[in-house]
Amino acid sequence: MAEAMSKNRKAAFSLARHSTGIIASVLFLAPIVWTVLSTFKPAQEARQPPLPPWPTTGFSIENYETLNSFGDGLWVSAQNSIYVSVMTVLLSVLVSVLAGYGFSRFRFPFRDFFFVLILSTIMIPFQSILTPIFLVLTRLGLHNTLTGLVCVYVTLQLPFSIFMMRNAFDAVPREIEEAARMDGANNVTMLVKVMLPLVWPGVVTIALFAFLGAWNEFLAALVLMTDQSKFTLPVMMTALQSGRFGAIDWGAVQAGVTVMMVPCLILFLALQRFYIRGLMAGAVK
Amino acid sequence: MTAITATAARARLRTATNLRQWVGLLYVLPAVALVTVFFVIPLGMTAWMSLHNWPLMGEHSFVGLDNYVAILRDTRFWNALKFTFYYTMIVTIAIFAVAFPLAIFIEKPRPLTNLYRTAFFMPAVVGFASASLLWSWLLNVDSGLFSPAAYDLGLTEKKVNLLATFQPAFWSIIAMVVWKVAGFTMIILMTGLQSIPQDLQEAAVIDGAGPFARFRAITLPLMRRTLALALILSVAGSILAFDQFYIILRGGPRNQTLTAVYWIFNQSFVSFKLGYGAALSMVLLVILVALSLVQLWLLRKPEGLD
Repeated sequence: MAEAMSKNRKAAFSLARHSTGIIASVLFLAPIVWTVLSTFKPAQEARQPPLPPWPTTGFSIENYETLNSFGDGLWVSAQNSIYVSVMTVLLSVLVSVLAGYGFSRFRFPFRDFFFVLILSTIMIPFQSILTPIFLVLTRLGLHNTLTGLVCVYVTLQLPFSIFMMRNAFDAVPREIEEAARMDGANNVTMLVKVMLPLVWPGVVTIALFAFLGAWNEFLAALVLMTDQSKFTLPVMMTALQSGRFGAIDWGAVQAGVTVMMVPCLILFLALQRFYIRGLMAGAVK
Repeated sequence: MTAITATAARARLRTATNLRQWVGLLYVLPAVALVTVFFVIPLGMTAWMSLHNWPLMGEHSFVGLDNYVAILRDTRFWNALKFTFYYTMIVTIAIFAVAFPLAIFIEKPRPLTNLYRTAFFMPAVVGFASASLLWSWLLNVDSGLFSPAAYDLGLTEKKVNLLATFQPAFWSIIAMVVWKVAGFTMIILMTGLQSIPQDLQEAAVIDGAGPFARFRAITLPLMRRTLALALILSVAGSILAFDQFYIILRGGPRNQTLTAVYWIFNQSFVSFKLGYGAALSMVLLVILVALSLVQLWLLRKPEGLD
Protein backbone atom coordinates (compact mmCIF):
# COMPACT_ATOMS: atom_id res chain seq x y z
CA MET A 1 0.00 0.00 0.00
CA ALA A 2 2.72 2.42 1.08
CA GLU A 3 4.77 1.20 -1.84
CA ALA A 4 1.99 1.95 -4.30
CA MET A 5 1.63 5.45 -2.93
CA SER A 6 5.33 6.17 -3.21
CA LYS A 7 5.21 4.82 -6.76
CA ASN A 8 2.35 7.17 -7.54
CA ARG A 9 4.21 10.06 -6.04
CA LYS A 10 7.26 9.20 -8.07
CA ALA A 11 5.22 9.12 -11.26
CA ALA A 12 3.58 12.43 -10.39
CA PHE A 13 6.96 14.00 -9.70
CA SER A 14 8.34 12.68 -12.96
CA LEU A 15 5.32 13.97 -14.88
CA ALA A 16 5.63 17.42 -13.30
CA ARG A 17 9.34 17.49 -14.02
CA HIS A 18 9.01 16.56 -17.66
CA SER A 19 6.11 18.92 -18.32
CA THR A 20 8.13 21.77 -16.81
CA GLY A 21 11.16 20.74 -18.85
CA ILE A 22 9.22 20.50 -22.09
CA ILE A 23 7.38 23.81 -21.63
CA ALA A 24 10.62 25.64 -20.76
CA SER A 25 12.46 24.01 -23.68
CA VAL A 26 9.72 25.09 -26.07
CA LEU A 27 9.92 28.67 -24.77
CA PHE A 28 13.70 28.80 -25.29
CA LEU A 29 13.69 27.12 -28.69
CA ALA A 30 10.52 28.70 -30.15
CA PRO A 31 12.05 31.99 -31.41
CA ILE A 32 14.83 30.11 -33.19
CA VAL A 33 12.53 27.49 -34.73
CA TRP A 34 9.93 30.13 -35.62
CA THR A 35 12.53 32.13 -37.55
CA VAL A 36 14.07 29.20 -39.38
CA LEU A 37 10.67 27.88 -40.48
CA SER A 38 9.49 31.32 -41.62
CA THR A 39 12.46 31.77 -43.96
CA PHE A 40 11.04 29.14 -46.30
CA LYS A 41 7.92 31.15 -47.07
CA PRO A 42 7.60 32.95 -50.41
CA ALA A 43 8.54 36.65 -50.07
CA GLN A 44 4.90 37.74 -50.29
CA GLU A 45 3.90 35.52 -47.37
CA ALA A 46 6.99 36.42 -45.31
CA ARG A 47 5.68 39.98 -45.01
CA GLN A 48 2.61 38.74 -43.13
CA PRO A 49 2.69 37.89 -39.41
CA PRO A 50 4.21 34.40 -38.97
CA LEU A 51 0.98 32.66 -37.94
CA PRO A 52 1.55 29.77 -38.38
CA PRO A 53 5.36 29.88 -38.68
CA TRP A 54 5.61 27.30 -41.44
CA PRO A 55 4.96 28.18 -45.11
CA THR A 56 1.29 27.82 -46.09
CA THR A 57 1.48 28.98 -49.69
CA GLY A 58 4.29 26.74 -50.83
CA PHE A 59 7.92 26.11 -49.95
CA SER A 60 10.42 28.63 -51.33
CA ILE A 61 14.01 29.81 -50.88
CA GLU A 62 13.19 33.24 -52.34
CA ASN A 63 14.16 34.98 -49.08
CA TYR A 64 17.68 33.61 -49.31
CA GLU A 65 17.95 34.57 -52.95
CA THR A 66 16.86 38.17 -52.40
CA LEU A 67 19.50 38.61 -49.68
CA ASN A 68 22.09 38.90 -52.39
CA SER A 69 20.33 41.85 -54.01
CA PHE A 70 20.96 44.32 -51.15
CA GLY A 71 24.03 46.53 -51.48
CA ASP A 72 27.07 44.42 -52.17
CA GLY A 73 25.07 41.34 -51.41
CA LEU A 74 24.90 39.03 -48.46
CA TRP A 75 27.40 36.62 -49.94
CA VAL A 76 30.14 39.28 -49.70
CA SER A 77 29.33 39.89 -46.03
CA ALA A 78 29.17 36.16 -45.36
CA GLN A 79 32.60 35.76 -46.93
CA ASN A 80 33.90 38.62 -44.81
CA SER A 81 32.47 37.05 -41.67
CA ILE A 82 33.92 33.64 -42.54
CA TYR A 83 37.33 35.15 -43.30
CA VAL A 84 37.40 37.22 -40.11
CA SER A 85 36.21 34.34 -37.91
CA VAL A 86 38.55 31.72 -39.39
CA MET A 87 41.56 34.06 -39.24
CA THR A 88 40.69 35.00 -35.64
CA VAL A 89 40.56 31.31 -34.74
CA LEU A 90 43.89 30.48 -36.42
CA LEU A 91 45.77 33.51 -35.11
CA SER A 92 44.44 33.40 -31.58
CA VAL A 93 45.20 29.66 -31.33
CA LEU A 94 48.73 30.20 -32.65
CA VAL A 95 49.48 33.17 -30.39
CA SER A 96 47.90 31.62 -27.28
CA VAL A 97 49.51 28.22 -27.67
CA LEU A 98 52.93 29.86 -27.96
CA ALA A 99 52.26 32.22 -25.06
CA GLY A 100 50.67 29.51 -22.89
CA TYR A 101 53.72 27.31 -23.43
CA GLY A 102 56.09 30.20 -22.73
CA PHE A 103 54.33 31.22 -19.53
CA SER A 104 54.03 27.64 -18.32
CA ARG A 105 57.51 26.28 -19.03
CA PHE A 106 60.04 29.13 -18.92
CA ARG A 107 61.20 31.49 -16.21
CA PHE A 108 62.29 34.71 -17.86
CA PRO A 109 62.45 38.29 -16.58
CA PHE A 110 59.07 40.09 -16.34
CA ARG A 111 57.22 36.81 -16.86
CA ASP A 112 54.66 37.47 -14.15
CA PHE A 113 54.35 41.10 -15.16
CA PHE A 114 53.48 40.18 -18.76
CA PHE A 115 51.05 37.50 -17.63
CA VAL A 116 49.19 39.85 -15.30
CA LEU A 117 49.25 42.57 -17.97
CA ILE A 118 47.55 40.31 -20.50
CA LEU A 119 44.99 38.97 -18.02
CA SER A 120 44.15 42.39 -16.63
CA THR A 121 42.97 43.63 -20.03
CA ILE A 122 39.80 41.64 -19.32
CA MET A 123 38.92 44.23 -16.66
CA ILE A 124 38.86 47.06 -19.18
CA PRO A 125 35.93 47.26 -21.58
CA PHE A 126 37.14 47.45 -25.19
CA GLN A 127 34.12 49.66 -25.89
CA SER A 128 35.97 52.46 -24.11
CA ILE A 129 39.10 52.31 -26.31
CA LEU A 130 37.50 51.95 -29.74
CA THR A 131 38.40 55.44 -30.97
CA PRO A 132 42.15 55.03 -30.36
CA ILE A 133 42.00 51.53 -31.87
CA PHE A 134 40.54 53.18 -34.96
CA LEU A 135 43.43 55.69 -35.00
CA VAL A 136 46.07 52.99 -34.41
CA LEU A 137 44.67 50.91 -37.28
CA THR A 138 44.76 54.00 -39.52
CA ARG A 139 48.39 54.62 -38.57
CA LEU A 140 49.26 51.00 -39.38
CA GLY A 141 47.48 51.26 -42.75
CA LEU A 142 44.97 48.64 -41.56
CA HIS A 143 42.00 50.95 -41.29
CA ASN A 144 38.86 49.58 -42.91
CA THR A 145 40.55 46.22 -43.57
CA LEU A 146 39.39 42.82 -42.42
CA THR A 147 42.96 42.12 -41.26
CA GLY A 148 42.72 45.06 -38.87
CA LEU A 149 39.46 43.71 -37.47
CA VAL A 150 41.10 40.29 -37.02
CA CYS A 151 43.95 41.89 -35.03
CA VAL A 152 41.43 43.53 -32.69
CA TYR A 153 39.42 40.32 -32.25
CA VAL A 154 42.53 38.24 -31.56
CA THR A 155 43.65 40.73 -28.91
CA LEU A 156 40.24 40.56 -27.25
CA GLN A 157 40.46 36.75 -27.10
CA LEU A 158 43.95 36.65 -25.59
CA PRO A 159 43.23 36.98 -21.85
CA PHE A 160 40.83 34.05 -21.85
CA SER A 161 42.72 31.85 -24.28
CA ILE A 162 46.19 32.42 -22.80
CA PHE A 163 44.81 31.69 -19.34
CA MET A 164 43.27 28.47 -20.69
CA MET A 165 46.42 27.39 -22.51
CA ARG A 166 48.77 28.13 -19.63
CA ASN A 167 46.62 25.98 -17.36
CA ALA A 168 46.53 23.24 -20.00
CA PHE A 169 50.33 23.22 -20.27
CA ASP A 170 50.69 23.38 -16.48
CA ALA A 171 48.68 20.17 -16.25
CA VAL A 172 51.18 18.26 -18.43
CA PRO A 173 53.75 16.45 -16.22
CA ARG A 174 57.30 17.70 -16.69
CA GLU A 175 58.63 14.13 -16.91
CA ILE A 176 57.12 13.80 -20.37
CA GLU A 177 59.14 16.75 -21.60
CA GLU A 178 62.34 15.56 -19.95
CA ALA A 179 61.97 12.18 -21.60
CA ALA A 180 61.45 13.82 -24.98
CA ARG A 181 64.44 16.11 -24.41
CA MET A 182 66.60 13.06 -23.67
CA ASP A 183 65.53 11.77 -27.07
CA GLY A 184 66.94 14.97 -28.56
CA ALA A 185 63.74 16.92 -29.25
CA ASN A 186 64.28 20.69 -29.48
CA ASN A 187 61.80 23.27 -28.22
CA VAL A 188 59.69 23.51 -31.35
CA THR A 189 59.50 19.78 -32.02
CA MET A 190 58.65 19.31 -28.39
CA LEU A 191 55.78 21.79 -28.57
CA VAL A 192 54.30 20.47 -31.80
CA LYS A 193 54.93 16.74 -31.51
CA VAL A 194 54.81 16.12 -27.77
CA MET A 195 52.84 18.86 -26.05
CA LEU A 196 50.20 19.80 -28.61
CA PRO A 197 48.46 16.40 -28.63
CA LEU A 198 48.25 16.59 -24.83
CA VAL A 199 46.66 20.06 -24.69
CA TRP A 200 44.39 19.45 -27.69
CA PRO A 201 41.08 19.77 -25.75
CA GLY A 202 42.15 23.23 -24.57
CA VAL A 203 42.93 24.23 -28.16
CA VAL A 204 39.46 23.17 -29.32
CA THR A 205 37.91 25.18 -26.49
CA ILE A 206 39.74 28.41 -27.29
CA ALA A 207 39.14 27.93 -31.02
CA LEU A 208 35.40 27.58 -30.38
CA PHE A 209 35.25 30.71 -28.22
CA ALA A 210 37.34 32.66 -30.75
CA PHE A 211 35.00 31.66 -33.56
CA LEU A 212 31.81 32.55 -31.69
CA GLY A 213 33.34 35.82 -30.47
CA ALA A 214 34.44 36.94 -33.93
CA TRP A 215 31.34 35.70 -35.76
CA ASN A 216 28.94 37.48 -33.40
CA GLU A 217 30.82 40.71 -32.57
CA PHE A 218 28.92 43.82 -33.61
CA LEU A 219 30.11 47.14 -32.16
CA ALA A 220 33.78 47.02 -33.23
CA ALA A 221 32.80 45.85 -36.71
CA LEU A 222 30.21 48.62 -36.94
CA VAL A 223 32.75 51.28 -35.97
CA LEU A 224 35.85 50.01 -37.76
CA MET A 225 34.38 48.82 -41.08
CA THR A 226 33.17 51.89 -42.94
CA ASP A 227 33.09 50.46 -46.44
CA GLN A 228 30.07 48.32 -47.34
CA SER A 229 32.22 45.76 -49.13
CA LYS A 230 33.94 45.11 -45.78
CA PHE A 231 30.78 44.68 -43.69
CA THR A 232 30.48 41.50 -41.63
CA LEU A 233 27.09 39.78 -41.39
CA PRO A 234 25.82 41.53 -38.22
CA VAL A 235 26.65 44.99 -39.64
CA MET A 236 25.20 44.17 -43.05
CA MET A 237 22.00 42.73 -41.61
CA THR A 238 21.54 45.71 -39.30
CA ALA A 239 21.91 48.04 -42.29
CA LEU A 240 19.25 46.01 -44.09
CA GLN A 241 16.96 45.94 -41.04
CA SER A 242 17.28 49.69 -40.56
CA GLY A 243 15.84 50.27 -44.00
CA ARG A 244 19.08 51.45 -45.58
CA PHE A 245 18.21 49.55 -48.77
CA GLY A 246 14.61 50.73 -49.00
CA ALA A 247 11.52 49.18 -47.42
CA ILE A 248 12.45 46.54 -44.85
CA ASP A 249 12.16 43.06 -46.28
CA TRP A 250 11.41 40.97 -43.18
CA GLY A 251 11.73 37.76 -45.12
CA ALA A 252 15.31 38.71 -45.93
CA VAL A 253 15.95 39.65 -42.29
CA GLN A 254 14.76 36.22 -41.15
CA ALA A 255 16.92 34.51 -43.74
CA GLY A 256 19.95 36.61 -42.74
CA VAL A 257 19.42 35.88 -39.04
CA THR A 258 19.21 32.19 -39.88
CA VAL A 259 22.50 32.35 -41.76
CA MET A 260 24.04 34.07 -38.71
CA MET A 261 22.61 31.63 -36.15
CA VAL A 262 23.00 28.24 -37.77
CA PRO A 263 26.83 27.97 -37.72
CA CYS A 264 26.86 28.87 -34.00
CA LEU A 265 24.18 26.32 -33.16
CA ILE A 266 25.85 23.53 -35.16
CA LEU A 267 29.28 24.23 -33.69
CA PHE A 268 27.85 24.33 -30.19
CA LEU A 269 25.94 21.06 -30.59
CA ALA A 270 29.01 19.36 -32.04
CA LEU A 271 31.48 20.71 -29.48
CA GLN A 272 29.22 21.18 -26.46
CA ARG A 273 31.53 19.57 -23.94
CA PHE A 274 34.42 21.82 -24.98
CA TYR A 275 32.19 24.85 -24.59
CA ILE A 276 31.03 23.85 -21.09
CA ARG A 277 34.67 23.10 -20.25
CA GLY A 278 35.61 26.67 -21.15
CA LEU A 279 32.79 28.06 -19.03
CA MET A 280 33.84 25.89 -16.08
CA ALA A 281 37.45 26.99 -16.40
CA GLY A 282 36.27 30.58 -16.27
CA ALA A 283 33.90 29.89 -13.38
CA VAL A 284 36.21 27.84 -11.21
CA LYS A 285 39.37 29.93 -11.52
CA MET B 1 91.63 21.63 -9.88
CA THR B 2 88.64 19.39 -10.15
CA ALA B 3 86.77 21.78 -7.88
CA ILE B 4 87.49 24.70 -10.21
CA THR B 5 86.38 22.78 -13.28
CA ALA B 6 83.23 21.74 -11.51
CA THR B 7 82.41 25.34 -10.54
CA ALA B 8 83.11 26.55 -14.06
CA ALA B 9 80.99 23.80 -15.49
CA ARG B 10 78.19 24.63 -13.11
CA ALA B 11 78.43 28.31 -14.03
CA ARG B 12 78.35 27.43 -17.70
CA LEU B 13 75.37 25.21 -17.07
CA ARG B 14 73.61 28.00 -15.22
CA THR B 15 74.26 30.44 -18.06
CA ALA B 16 72.97 27.86 -20.52
CA THR B 17 69.89 27.29 -18.39
CA ASN B 18 69.32 31.02 -18.09
CA LEU B 19 69.64 31.43 -21.83
CA ARG B 20 67.24 28.57 -22.35
CA GLN B 21 64.79 30.30 -20.01
CA TRP B 22 65.07 33.51 -22.04
CA VAL B 23 63.67 31.63 -25.02
CA GLY B 24 60.34 31.83 -23.18
CA LEU B 25 60.28 35.52 -23.94
CA LEU B 26 60.18 34.71 -27.66
CA TYR B 27 57.14 32.50 -27.13
CA VAL B 28 55.12 35.18 -25.35
CA LEU B 29 56.34 38.02 -27.59
CA PRO B 30 53.51 37.90 -30.19
CA ALA B 31 50.91 38.02 -27.45
CA VAL B 32 52.61 40.86 -25.62
CA ALA B 33 53.03 42.79 -28.89
CA LEU B 34 49.34 42.44 -29.79
CA VAL B 35 48.19 43.47 -26.33
CA THR B 36 50.56 46.43 -26.36
CA VAL B 37 49.57 47.72 -29.80
CA PHE B 38 45.84 47.05 -29.63
CA PHE B 39 45.18 47.50 -25.94
CA VAL B 40 47.82 49.26 -23.85
CA ILE B 41 48.58 52.02 -26.37
CA PRO B 42 44.89 52.67 -27.13
CA LEU B 43 44.25 52.80 -23.39
CA GLY B 44 46.95 55.43 -22.91
CA MET B 45 45.63 57.30 -25.96
CA THR B 46 42.12 57.38 -24.47
CA ALA B 47 43.48 59.12 -21.38
CA TRP B 48 45.55 61.49 -23.56
CA MET B 49 42.74 62.26 -25.98
CA SER B 50 40.32 62.98 -23.13
CA LEU B 51 42.42 66.09 -22.40
CA HIS B 52 42.07 67.37 -25.97
CA ASN B 53 39.58 68.88 -28.32
CA TRP B 54 39.99 66.23 -31.01
CA PRO B 55 37.88 66.46 -34.18
CA LEU B 56 38.06 63.73 -36.82
CA MET B 57 39.65 66.11 -39.33
CA GLY B 58 42.03 68.95 -38.58
CA GLU B 59 44.28 69.77 -35.64
CA HIS B 60 43.58 68.76 -32.09
CA SER B 61 44.30 71.10 -29.23
CA PHE B 62 45.00 70.63 -25.54
CA VAL B 63 42.10 71.73 -23.36
CA GLY B 64 43.04 70.30 -19.97
CA LEU B 65 40.09 69.08 -17.98
CA ASP B 66 37.49 70.95 -20.07
CA ASN B 67 35.97 67.74 -21.40
CA TYR B 68 35.46 66.45 -17.89
CA VAL B 69 33.88 69.72 -16.81
CA ALA B 70 31.59 69.43 -19.84
CA ILE B 71 30.59 65.93 -18.74
CA LEU B 72 29.37 67.32 -15.42
CA ARG B 73 26.90 69.49 -17.33
CA ASP B 74 25.98 66.84 -19.88
CA THR B 75 22.53 65.90 -18.57
CA ARG B 76 21.93 63.59 -21.52
CA PHE B 77 24.98 61.53 -20.53
CA TRP B 78 23.82 61.32 -16.92
CA ASN B 79 20.38 60.28 -18.13
CA ALA B 80 21.99 57.58 -20.25
CA LEU B 81 24.03 56.44 -17.27
CA LYS B 82 20.95 56.45 -15.07
CA PHE B 83 19.04 54.41 -17.62
CA THR B 84 21.98 52.00 -17.94
CA PHE B 85 22.01 51.36 -14.19
CA TYR B 86 18.22 50.99 -14.11
CA TYR B 87 18.38 48.50 -16.98
CA THR B 88 21.28 46.63 -15.32
CA MET B 89 19.38 46.26 -12.06
CA ILE B 90 16.14 45.06 -13.64
CA VAL B 91 17.72 42.72 -16.17
CA THR B 92 20.03 41.14 -13.58
CA ILE B 93 17.12 40.41 -11.25
CA ALA B 94 15.12 39.01 -14.15
CA ILE B 95 18.00 36.80 -15.35
CA PHE B 96 18.56 35.37 -11.87
CA ALA B 97 14.84 34.83 -11.31
CA VAL B 98 14.81 32.61 -14.40
CA ALA B 99 18.30 31.09 -14.26
CA PHE B 100 18.33 29.98 -10.62
CA PRO B 101 15.23 27.73 -10.84
CA LEU B 102 16.56 26.35 -14.14
CA ALA B 103 19.94 25.59 -12.51
CA ILE B 104 18.20 23.70 -9.69
CA PHE B 105 16.08 21.93 -12.30
CA ILE B 106 19.06 20.59 -14.26
CA GLU B 107 21.51 20.16 -11.39
CA LYS B 108 20.99 16.44 -10.71
CA PRO B 109 21.52 13.88 -13.48
CA ARG B 110 18.08 12.46 -14.23
CA PRO B 111 16.56 11.14 -17.47
CA LEU B 112 16.55 13.77 -20.27
CA THR B 113 18.31 16.39 -18.11
CA ASN B 114 21.08 16.81 -20.67
CA LEU B 115 18.53 17.40 -23.39
CA TYR B 116 16.73 20.09 -21.37
CA ARG B 117 20.03 21.74 -20.46
CA THR B 118 21.04 21.93 -24.11
CA ALA B 119 17.65 23.37 -25.08
CA PHE B 120 17.83 26.09 -22.39
CA PHE B 121 21.35 26.96 -23.42
CA MET B 122 20.83 27.24 -27.20
CA PRO B 123 19.96 30.97 -27.30
CA ALA B 124 23.18 31.72 -25.38
CA VAL B 125 25.40 30.75 -28.33
CA VAL B 126 23.46 32.98 -30.71
CA GLY B 127 25.09 36.41 -30.95
CA PHE B 128 23.51 39.48 -29.38
CA ALA B 129 23.21 41.07 -32.82
CA SER B 130 21.45 38.01 -34.30
CA ALA B 131 19.14 37.78 -31.30
CA SER B 132 18.33 41.48 -31.56
CA LEU B 133 17.58 41.24 -35.28
CA LEU B 134 15.41 38.20 -34.63
CA TRP B 135 13.42 39.93 -31.90
CA SER B 136 13.13 43.18 -33.84
CA TRP B 137 11.15 41.11 -36.32
CA LEU B 138 9.08 39.30 -33.66
CA LEU B 139 8.31 42.69 -32.06
CA ASN B 140 7.40 44.41 -35.31
CA VAL B 141 3.84 45.69 -35.30
CA ASP B 142 2.87 44.63 -38.82
CA SER B 143 5.02 41.65 -39.78
CA GLY B 144 6.01 40.40 -36.33
CA LEU B 145 4.56 37.82 -34.03
CA PHE B 146 3.51 39.30 -30.69
CA SER B 147 1.12 42.12 -31.51
CA PRO B 148 -0.60 40.32 -34.44
CA ALA B 149 -0.97 37.20 -32.27
CA ALA B 150 -2.40 39.21 -29.36
CA TYR B 151 -4.79 40.90 -31.80
CA ASP B 152 -5.87 37.61 -33.39
CA LEU B 153 -6.51 36.09 -29.97
CA GLY B 154 -8.68 39.07 -29.10
CA LEU B 155 -6.40 40.24 -26.28
CA THR B 156 -6.03 43.71 -27.77
CA GLU B 157 -8.54 45.73 -29.77
CA LYS B 158 -6.02 46.75 -32.38
CA LYS B 159 -2.44 45.86 -33.17
CA VAL B 160 -0.29 47.52 -30.49
CA ASN B 161 3.13 48.81 -31.50
CA LEU B 162 5.25 47.46 -28.64
CA LEU B 163 8.21 49.61 -29.57
CA ALA B 164 6.41 52.96 -29.64
CA THR B 165 6.30 53.72 -25.92
CA PHE B 166 8.87 53.27 -23.19
CA GLN B 167 7.34 50.63 -20.91
CA PRO B 168 6.46 47.92 -23.47
CA ALA B 169 9.68 48.61 -25.40
CA PHE B 170 11.82 48.34 -22.26
CA TRP B 171 10.18 45.12 -21.07
CA SER B 172 10.45 43.63 -24.55
CA ILE B 173 14.20 44.15 -24.39
CA ILE B 174 14.28 42.60 -20.91
CA ALA B 175 12.39 39.55 -22.22
CA MET B 176 14.78 39.22 -25.14
CA VAL B 177 17.91 39.48 -22.97
CA VAL B 178 16.58 37.00 -20.41
CA TRP B 179 15.78 34.59 -23.24
CA LYS B 180 19.30 34.93 -24.59
CA VAL B 181 21.35 35.05 -21.35
CA ALA B 182 19.47 32.88 -18.80
CA GLY B 183 20.97 29.63 -20.11
CA PHE B 184 24.48 30.99 -19.68
CA THR B 185 23.88 32.12 -16.09
CA MET B 186 22.15 28.80 -15.43
CA ILE B 187 25.30 26.81 -16.34
CA ILE B 188 27.46 28.95 -14.05
CA LEU B 189 25.01 28.58 -11.16
CA MET B 190 24.82 24.84 -11.85
CA THR B 191 28.57 24.44 -11.33
CA GLY B 192 28.15 26.12 -7.95
CA LEU B 193 25.24 23.89 -6.96
CA GLN B 194 27.13 20.77 -7.98
CA SER B 195 30.13 21.72 -5.88
CA ILE B 196 28.08 21.57 -2.67
CA PRO B 197 28.84 18.29 -0.86
CA GLN B 198 25.81 16.00 -0.92
CA ASP B 199 26.36 14.72 2.65
CA LEU B 200 25.99 18.25 4.01
CA GLN B 201 22.46 18.44 2.58
CA GLU B 202 21.66 14.96 3.88
CA ALA B 203 22.91 15.79 7.37
CA ALA B 204 20.65 18.86 7.37
CA VAL B 205 17.68 16.73 6.33
CA ILE B 206 18.36 14.37 9.24
CA ASP B 207 18.53 17.39 11.55
CA GLY B 208 15.04 18.26 10.34
CA ALA B 209 15.85 21.30 8.20
CA GLY B 210 13.20 22.08 5.58
CA PRO B 211 14.05 22.88 1.96
CA PHE B 212 13.94 26.64 2.54
CA ALA B 213 16.15 26.47 5.65
CA ARG B 214 18.61 24.25 3.77
CA PHE B 215 18.68 26.67 0.85
CA ARG B 216 19.41 29.60 3.15
CA ALA B 217 21.86 27.91 5.51
CA ILE B 218 23.79 25.68 3.12
CA THR B 219 23.20 26.43 -0.55
CA LEU B 220 23.52 30.21 -0.51
CA PRO B 221 26.65 30.53 1.71
CA LEU B 222 28.50 27.74 -0.10
CA MET B 223 27.66 29.28 -3.46
CA ARG B 224 29.00 32.71 -2.57
CA ARG B 225 31.82 32.70 -5.12
CA THR B 226 29.67 31.29 -7.92
CA LEU B 227 26.88 33.72 -7.18
CA ALA B 228 29.33 36.60 -7.15
CA LEU B 229 30.80 35.52 -10.48
CA ALA B 230 27.39 35.16 -12.15
CA LEU B 231 26.32 38.48 -10.67
CA ILE B 232 29.40 40.38 -11.83
CA LEU B 233 29.25 38.87 -15.33
CA SER B 234 25.64 39.95 -15.62
CA VAL B 235 26.23 43.43 -14.21
CA ALA B 236 29.35 44.13 -16.29
CA GLY B 237 27.69 42.83 -19.45
CA SER B 238 24.57 44.92 -18.86
CA ILE B 239 26.45 48.15 -18.14
CA LEU B 240 28.13 47.73 -21.54
CA ALA B 241 24.84 46.98 -23.32
CA PHE B 242 24.63 48.38 -26.83
CA ASP B 243 23.60 45.90 -29.56
CA GLN B 244 19.99 45.33 -28.50
CA PHE B 245 19.22 49.03 -27.91
CA TYR B 246 20.86 50.06 -31.17
CA ILE B 247 19.32 47.33 -33.32
CA ILE B 248 15.82 47.02 -31.84
CA LEU B 249 15.10 50.52 -30.54
CA ARG B 250 17.71 52.86 -32.08
CA GLY B 251 17.80 54.45 -28.63
CA GLY B 252 14.12 55.32 -28.84
CA PRO B 253 11.34 55.93 -28.13
CA ARG B 254 12.36 59.59 -27.74
CA ASN B 255 15.99 58.75 -26.85
CA GLN B 256 14.81 57.19 -23.59
CA THR B 257 16.78 53.99 -24.06
CA LEU B 258 20.21 55.43 -24.87
CA THR B 259 22.77 53.49 -22.82
CA ALA B 260 26.19 54.76 -21.72
CA VAL B 261 28.04 52.94 -24.51
CA TYR B 262 25.41 54.13 -27.01
CA TRP B 263 25.96 57.75 -25.93
CA ILE B 264 29.74 57.37 -26.24
CA PHE B 265 29.23 55.81 -29.67
CA ASN B 266 27.05 58.76 -30.72
CA GLN B 267 29.53 61.37 -29.47
CA SER B 268 32.58 59.62 -30.97
CA PHE B 269 31.34 58.16 -34.23
CA VAL B 270 28.26 60.17 -35.14
CA SER B 271 29.25 63.64 -33.92
CA PHE B 272 32.98 62.86 -34.22
CA LYS B 273 33.85 64.60 -30.95
CA LEU B 274 36.68 62.16 -30.34
CA GLY B 275 38.20 63.98 -27.37
CA TYR B 276 34.88 64.31 -25.59
CA GLY B 277 34.06 60.67 -26.39
CA ALA B 278 37.39 59.68 -24.85
CA ALA B 279 36.59 61.56 -21.65
CA LEU B 280 33.21 59.80 -21.47
CA SER B 281 35.01 56.51 -22.06
CA MET B 282 37.30 57.23 -19.11
CA VAL B 283 34.25 57.60 -16.86
CA LEU B 284 32.87 54.28 -18.10
CA LEU B 285 36.27 52.68 -17.68
CA VAL B 286 36.58 53.81 -14.06
CA ILE B 287 33.14 52.35 -13.30
CA LEU B 288 34.06 49.00 -14.84
CA VAL B 289 37.46 48.80 -13.15
CA ALA B 290 35.85 49.59 -9.80
CA LEU B 291 33.42 46.77 -10.51
CA SER B 292 36.32 44.41 -11.26
CA LEU B 293 37.93 45.29 -7.94
CA VAL B 294 34.66 44.49 -6.17
CA GLN B 295 34.66 41.23 -8.09
CA LEU B 296 38.19 40.31 -6.96
CA TRP B 297 37.12 41.00 -3.38
CA LEU B 298 33.93 38.94 -3.67
CA LEU B 299 35.75 36.08 -5.36
CA ARG B 300 38.53 35.90 -2.78
CA LYS B 301 39.13 32.41 -1.45
CA PRO B 302 37.10 31.73 1.71
CA GLU B 303 39.24 32.22 4.80
CA GLY B 304 40.78 29.10 6.25
CA LEU B 305 40.04 27.19 3.05
CA ASP B 306 42.20 27.11 0.03
